[in-house]
Order: sequence, then structure tokens, then C-alpha cells
Amino acid sequence: MKKYLKDFSVIKSVRLSSDYGLLGLRPSDGSDLPEMAPGQFVEVTAPAESGVMLRRPISIHDVDFENNLLWLLVRNAGKGTAAMISLQPGDTVNILLPLGNGFTLPDKSDKPLLIGGGVGVAPLLYFGKEMSRKGLMPSFLLGARSKSDLLRIDCFEKVGPTYITTEDGTEGEKGFVTNHSALTDGWTKIYCCGPVPMMKAVARIARQRDIDCEVSLENMMACGLGACLCCVENTVKGNVCVCSEGPVFNINQLLWQD
Amino acid sequence: MARLDVEIGNLKLKNPVLTASGTFGYGEEFADLIDLNRLGGFIVKGTTLNPREGNPYPRMAETPSGMLNAVGLQNKGVDYFIDNIYPRIKDIDSKIIVNVSGASTGDYVEVCEKLATLSAIEAVEINISCPNVKQGGMAFGTSCDGAASITKAVRKAYPKTLIVKLSPNVTDIASIACAVENEGADSVSLINTLMGMAIDAERQRPRLSTITGGLSGPAVKPVALRMVWQVAHAVKIPVIGLGGITNGTDAIEFMLAGARAVQIGTANFIDPTVTMKVIDEIDNYCQRHGVNDINEIVGII
Ligand SMILES: Cc1cc2nc3c(=O)[nH]c(=O)nc-3n(C[C@H](O)[C@H](O)[C@H](O)COP(=O)(O)OP(=O)(O)OC[C@H]3O[C@@H](n4cnc5c(N)ncnc54)[C@H](O)[C@@H]3O)c2cc1C
Ligand SMILES: Cc1cc2nc3c(=O)[nH]c(=O)nc-3n(C[C@H](O)[C@H](O)[C@H](O)COP(=O)(O)O)c2cc1C
Ligand code: FES
Repeated sequence: MKKYLKDFSVIKSVRLSSDYGLLGLRPSDGSDLPEMAPGQFVEVTAPAESGVMLRRPISIHDVDFENNLLWLLVRNAGKGTAAMISLQPGDTVNILLPLGNGFTLPDKSDKPLLIGGGVGVAPLLYFGKEMSRKGLMPSFLLGARSKSDLLRIDCFEKVGPTYITTEDGTEGEKGFVTNHSALTDGWTKIYCCGPVPMMKAVARIARQRDIDCEVSLENMMACGLGACLCCVENTVKGNVCVCSEGPVFNINQLLWQD
Repeated sequence: MARLDVEIGNLKLKNPVLTASGTFGYGEEFADLIDLNRLGGFIVKGTTLNPREGNPYPRMAETPSGMLNAVGLQNKGVDYFIDNIYPRIKDIDSKIIVNVSGASTGDYVEVCEKLATLSAIEAVEINISCPNVKQGGMAFGTSCDGAASITKAVRKAYPKTLIVKLSPNVTDIASIACAVENEGADSVSLINTLMGMAIDAERQRPRLSTITGGLSGPAVKPVALRMVWQVAHAVKIPVIGLGGITNGTDAIEFMLAGARAVQIGTANFIDPTVTMKVIDEIDNYCQRHGVNDINEIVGII
């Protein structure tokens, strides 16, 4: 897919909680959004006042082609992301997009489950919507530390059945996504994005039950283009760039055998 | 439009703007974003005799106005380059320079002999200055004898333009440049990354798997500029300057300090179209200052 470097105008900036923000962005030059696949990501230049130099990788959360809006869901993880969620309508951000490879669509006969943890739910909304546009039936299993960390649940519920876990039991079942009762429902395809320990636990279950499973990695990046080799993950093919060969990997490509 | 063409030995560049090894892949990664044909040239990833897996993750940490890297020369080896990558990039109308690394003199010589057979590769840049590999690499670049012996061996084996890339992690970079010039190098490029370190205080751990790594980006520019100026005054061969260049003014500063051409590295990560802007800004500078030929300003300081 062709890559672009574009200025985007902030059209909407919604503070979901003290640590999470949602940005609705439109190309400043009035052009249409480029083609983008679910699971791909973008690289955003953080606002200058953050003092951050390198671009920050952020997943494509949703694409509203009708209103020409790109949505990003951002967690305050440090200087760059803190400045991003403080952006206001009228501000401009420079974005390199779309990057990496997305998720593989399931077959019509599959029963797919999309598992997200924390801000890792971000790429699953666009993916779920693309699935239902193609007549596939996604279900979601979303986990967070606490009720206040659950993100965009109402949006996911509109797309498919949504199961919830919180570590403190303030919403849904108490515990981790890997303990949720719905996990035994005969899924034939699992897609997962979240903290690495969570993805590893999900991968272990998928392997035990022989379920095909894809995960989306969040290694630190510099170029986002496969040029600097900073973002590598050790795989069955040796060290490969997460930005250009991922961020989505089938678990049988990864050396996650523990 | 001023004359922007410059010469590095027998290598004729349409303008002085090159990209730095390890920051621009094989050029093709940037093909959607810029017109590669407009570049003076591009220097591809560090290439070794045998494939190398590089260092474990994490290999990168951002620091104030810069970054540390510890990639460790990950590449698929020179034969893979010749068979698979070279055919895809050889017709780009811009000079392609291969950056060469090795663990022994024999490695460097063998890689350069193989590259000498490729018609679209008119120059090599010998990296005797990589801080991220245990063997060889920087060991050659930190003594005059080491730098001289590698240059001498490669010079015998490689008839085209030979550029030697110098390490800034030395006490007297000018004496190393002179040693390399004496053994027949056509040009020196500098600087490679400065050895550095970053620590995550909360986790009480180094940020890089290798603990130390190479610092690049705007943070190193004053050091790089000083070294380019010192070296340009010590040698007669053309000097290629780099280290922290992010715009046309930075590039002009290096040329005023004595660089015949410049390389752009880390800035490609900040703005992948930066090279095009630097070329335009150099041209604009020449117009504003009534410079008809960029060579007029080289080394006037
Ligand atoms: C493909 C991909 C998609 C991503 N999608 C999203 C998303 O949709 N929403 C979102 O909020 N975040 C996402 N991230 C993570 C986001 O890129 C990091 O949180 C961000 O780069 C941190 O930058 P900062 O300047 O805020 O933090 P810094 O001040 O640079 O660092 C603060 C802390 O965050 C850690 N950190 C730095 N970079 C990363 C990283 N890439 N991944 C994880 N931790 C990091 C550092 O180790 C440090 O401890 C994604 C990362 C990748 C690689
Ligand atoms: C990620 C990364 C990888 C690099 N790899 C190489 C390499 O393979 N060979 C080499 O000679 N220099 C390598 N360098 C050094 C650069 O070519 C350059 O000398 C240095 O980054 C200073 O320039 P800059 O500040 O413009 O980046 C690398 C630098 C970075 C940031
Ligand atoms: S971030 Fe540069 S290669 Fe992946």
C-alpha cells in the first residue's frame, strides 16, 4: 500500500479519562484518506512542546471514510503521547501512513474472537467494523485494570458481542482475559493486541487448543519504514522488523514457546 | 539555480546531499515519499561478508535531541545484497555507495572485491568505526595503525572511489584522517556515532540490550562540525560531513567547515522527506548569497 506523509487537522479531541484521548483527524489539504488496512499503524510527530524528536507509532483505531476522518486512541505513556492527547481542534499534526501489515481476514466459516487489553483495543475497532462490512461476525473480549480503563465499549458493542473483564472486578468478569468464561466458546481464530504478558498468555491458550492466532506487537520504533532495523523481534526467520513485517504476526512465527 | 554538483574522487554527485548508512535502508523504503533520483547519492546499510543477526532488542532509545542505537550491523551479507537487492535499485539515477564492515582485514577486502564487479556501485564507504560490534569495527578506527592497515589492504583490492568513515570516539581524529589519506583513501566521511548510554531509572536497567550504543541526531552536531573542520584542515582529500544535520542551514555549516558533501542520517526518521528539503534549501542559500557554484563555499572557515 502506498505510503503518504501528510499534515492532518485535528477535528475532534475527546478526553476519555485523565490518561486516554481520542483524536479525529482529517487531511489538511482536503484530500481523501488513503487506503488503510485494519491492523496497520501510523507514525505521528508529537507536538513540538513535548520536546520529543522521533515519531510515535499509533494504531489505526477507526476510519470514517464517509466523513474523511482518521481516529486514533492514545494512552498517555510519556511525553509524546501526553502532548498528543492535549491536541485541540484546529491544531495540525504531521502523520506518516499507512505503515506495516494488517490482520488476515478470517474465513466465512470461522468463529473469530478479537481480544484487547488496555489501549491494545485500539486496532480492533476498525478491524471488527471491516469484518462486519464483509459479512463476518466478530466477537470481542476486552480487558482492563479497572472500569475506568475500559475504552470505547459502546462502540465495540455496536459491532459484535462484547465480553468484558477487569482485574479488580469493577466491570464484567473479575480477572484477566485468559480467565474469562467466554474463552472456551469454540473460537476458530483469535486476534490479540495488548500488553506482552497478556498476548503471551493468549498465545499459550491458542496453541494448546490449536486455534490460529495473530498478535500485534508494539516494539519501540524509529523510522517505521523498515530502514533503521531498530524495532526487531526475534522470529523463526531471525530478527525481523516489526514495523515492516508486522506489527501483526501469526504466533507460529514468534519464538513465544514459554 | 546554482551549480550544486561536487566530486568525491572520481565520483561525481549531482548535488552534495547523501544519506547516511543505516538510516536509509536500501533507498527503496523511501520511494513512495521522495524522488530518489534527486539525491546526490545514498549510502546503503552496513554490509558484511556473512549474514549478521545484529544485537537483541531493545536497540534504540531516544535521548534529548538525539537517539542511541545498537543495531549491530544486522544485514543479510554481501552475496544476498548482490543477488537480491542490487538488481532492484541499480537503475535509480543517483549514486549508490555501499557501506562495508568486517571483523577482519580479509573480510573487508573480500566484500570490496565482490562489490567492485557491480557497475552501478562506483564507491564504497569503509566503516572502521562502528561502536556496536564486539570484534573489529571500531577497533580498526581508533588507532592510526589500524585505520592505515585496513585502508591499505582495501585500496589494493578496490579500484573505484574509496571513502573511509571515521569514528569520533578518538582523541585526535585528524591524525587518523591523515593515516587513511596516506594509504590512498579518496575521501573520509565523519562522524559515525558517539558512544553513549541511557538508563531507565524507574526499572534500574540500561535502555539498550548492549548497555552502550551510538549517539546520533542534532545532539551530536557541534561535535561533528568541530571534527569536520579539524579534519578538513589536516587532509587534502575531500571530506564528507555528517552528524545531526536536519536542514539546509546545517548542511551549509558543514560545507563552510570544509565538507565537500554531506550525509543525512537520523533526520530521515524525523521527516522522511528531509533530503529533498535540504537540497532545495542549499540551492536557496546559494541564490540568497550570490553563490554560483557550491564548491565556492567549501572550507571558507
Ligand atoms: C505498532 C504500534 C502501535 C501502537 N499503537 C498505539 C495506540 O494505538 N495507542 C497508544 O496509545 N499507543 C500505541 N502504541 C504505543 C506508543 O507508540 C507508545 O506508548 C509511545 O511511543 C510512547 O511515547 P511517549 O513519548 O509518550 O513515551 P516516552 O516518553 O518515549 O516513553 C515513556 C515510556 O513508554 C515506553 N515506550 C516508549 N515507546 C514505546 C512503545 N513503542 N511501545 C511501548 N512502550 C513504549 C518507554 O519505554 C518509557 O518507559 C503503539 C506502538 C506500536 C509500535
Ligand atoms: C539506526 C542507525 C544505524 C546505523 N547504521 C550504520 C551502519 O551500518 N554503518 C555506518 O557506518 N554507520 C551507521 N550509522 C551511523 C550513521 O550513518 C551516522 O554516521 C550517524 O548516525 C551520525 O549522523 P546523523 O546524526 O545524521 O544520524 C547508523 C546510525 C543509526 C542511527
Ligand atoms: S522502526 Fe525502523 S526498521 Fe522498524
